[in-house]
Amino acid sequence: MIGKNVLGIIFCNSQDSVLNELTSVRAVGSVPFGGRYRLVDFALSQLVNSGISKVGLVTKQNFKSLADHVGSGHPWDLARKNGGLSMITPFAIEGATFYKGRIDALNGAMDYLENAKEEYVVLASANVVSSFEIENMVDEHIRSEADITVAYKKGIESSYYLKIADGKLVSAKSATNDAKNGYLEYLVIKRELLMLLVKEASGHNYTDFVTDILNRKAKSLQINCFEVTAYAKIVTTVQEFFEINMDMIDTNIRREVFNLENPVFTKLRDEMPSKYGFNSVVENSLIAEGCTIEGEVKNSIIFRGVKIGKGVRVENCIIMQSCEIGDNTQLDYVIADKNVVFKEGRTLMGCRSFPMVIGKGLTV
Amino acid sequence: MKKKTECVAMLLAGGEGSRLGVLTRKVAKPAIPFGGKYRIIDFPLSNCINSGIETVGVLTQYQPLVLNSYIGSGAPWDLDRIYGGVRILPPYQQKVGTDWYKGTANAIYQNISYIEYYDPEYVLILSGDHIYKMDYSKMIKYHEDRKADCTIAVMGVPMQEAPRFGIMNTNDDNSVYEFEEKPPKPKSNKASMGVYVFNWKDLKKYLIQDEEDPNSSNDFGKNIIPAMLKDGKKLYAYDFEGYWKDVGTIDSLWDANMDILNPNIPLDLDDRSWKIYARNRALPPHFVSASAKIQNSLIADGCEVYGKVYDTVLFSGATVEKGADVSYSVIMPGAVVKSGAVVKYAIVGQDAVVEENATVGASPEEFKNSVDEWGIATVGPEYVVKKGETVKPKEMLEAK
Repeated sequence: MIGKNVLGIIFCNSQDSVLNELTSVRAVGSVPFGGRYRLVDFALSQLVNSGISKVGLVTKQNFKSLADHVGSGHPWDLARKNGGLSMITPFAIEGATFYKGRIDALNGAMDYLENAKEEYVVLASANVVSSFEIENMVDEHIRSEADITVAYKKGIESSYYLKIADGKLVSAKSATNDAKNGYLEYLVIKRELLMLLVKEASGHNYTDFVTDILNRKAKSLQINCFEVTAYAKIVTTVQEFFEINMDMIDTNIRREVFNLENPVFTKLRDEMPSKYGFNSVVENSLIAEGCTIEGEVKNSIIFRGVKIGKGVRVENCIIMQSCEIGDNTQLDYVIADKNVVFKEGRTLMGCRSFPMVIGKGLTV
Repeated sequence: MKKKTECVAMLLAGGEGSRLGVLTRKVAKPAIPFGGKYRIIDFPLSNCINSGIETVGVLTQYQPLVLNSYIGSGAPWDLDRIYGGVRILPPYQQKVGTDWYKGTANAIYQNISYIEYYDPEYVLILSGDHIYKMDYSKMIKYHEDRKADCTIAVMGVPMQEAPRFGIMNTNDDNSVYEFEEKPPKPKSNKASMGVYVFNWKDLKKYLIQDEEDPNSSNDFGKNIIPAMLKDGKKLYAYDFEGYWKDVGTIDSLWDANMDILNPNIPLDLDDRSWKIYARNRALPPHFVSASAKIQNSLIADGCEVYGKVYDTVLFSGATVEKGADVSYSVIMPGAVVKSGAVVKYAIVGQDAVVEENATVGASPEEFKNSVDEWGIATVGPEYVVKKGETVKPKEMLEAK
């Protein structure tokens, strides 16, 4: 058990800009995913499942939806007297601007880090979909006595790629010819060292943690690389978001990500089980609770409380919470954000490389 | 200064539920799974919080382990309150003698001190084995308006079924002049739902008096209500309209689950204004494969469906494999129906397994004399129906 000596910090705004409509109303961490989850559930559940009981959520300006989602932290067992969940929100002082990168963000979390007692910190990112066991990475870090241990996954899309020699980091770059080892945006570091590095970097007005700390220090510090072999992907674009959602329909991937020993926890909504009508046809789809299905659904992910009318055809879609699809409407490659209403007889089609995104609460 | 509690609810959840056979071997009746993701006790607990009653004592006795851990802090029902909230009340050792709960009235008698602590105006007595949605606050208002001493919720039942119930015979103003337990020739069809409102001061007096009578069976219906009638107390019947079902038998439990699938029966679990809360595991949405066929069914989180599921309630985490055929059945949490198995008109208990090509249950049409020969087949929790085995209608199997 690594729990009591490790603190978790999750960045909830990683690459907010790339998800366009989906993140115009919320942070990346609270983007709905996989039928009943929000992206931050993965990092939160991973930390909790590895025994960590103190977690800080670093947020930017648009944290209302995230705050609603996590509440007291109870669903993740993080409503605690000691430790538990903290929201590290931007502290507005006159003339201040919103933070620019993770170094800025960690500078804002300096009080939280200083007051903590834990020896180690796991930095995690809310845009990663994975249930890999963080505990193994932390154990490995402690055993090897490295200064920093960073996680990577072979062959994934990432903002940074790692050059590795002998298990050690050589360089971390955003554009590289060698895009083999994608940086998974998780790392372990001693708390004291993290504070030191952040203070030093912000003294130089550096903003980017990977370029300005990991890459610059690759020679002077021992930075180990931890290969994640379990399923792991990063939500970097709308297309990736779509593909990663669709991955969950694959039974092998789903069993790996949502395994019962390390469950993915989320906020409960007290919906009834989903109701299938007399003429429903559902194939190869994930359906959350509280749905009413009268029509046809194929290769899709249907979130909680969605109503699907008669004669409807939904194919290759992600339909988020409480959407209503009127009779005889046809949707193909559509991502509908929460509370979208499709009236009767509408036809909307995107394509695999460009799913059509309908913003929250719109009526079509 | 203590906050005034107007009403304390006492939920009787200690019944053995012996008529449910294998399903209640290890759990108390109120903890039996119902409706895909609920347990029976979710209904009265949710009714309480939805009615604004935040102090609930749950009287347990028989196989309380599952029930106790299910209720836990009461948080799923918002009953983890600083003042009040839900409390589990098992029988406990007293200075003079220790008793099991001898009857419904004795169970309340033994917890007089719990109720006294809150010193409420009213006490609401509830049963933990009924499926219904009811606004108790309306019933309390009705009780208050009539300045009644006791109000009993009643439900109009078909006259021919009345002999199975406790029947309230009432005057035109709904005041009760007589109570008959299972009358062979009923005078009225107003069946008691086992939901009572009492004025606490009165009730306390009657409980103490009843306890002193060694011949009493310490039961609300048999003793307390008749004693109050005898004393000329004002008892009123409160007509309840809506869905109500006692799920005390295999048939009625199966029926009630099927009722959710029937759009003409007013048991709406999707009502946002009267949610039924439950404690649930963190399970992913259910998966429906390309080979699955689902019609008129209720499917909970964590299920995996590869086969045919018609007119069935599939509970959390249940699996129906490819080539399996499930119809008119209740498949409880974690149960698995394997390839080629046929399950019809059956209840398959929690974590039970129906292996390849086994048959469980049959449809009533297959029997000439279906009234006598046919019934719901029941596979007990954790029981494994072996490959090719047949479980006949009415049969009930228990895991060793």
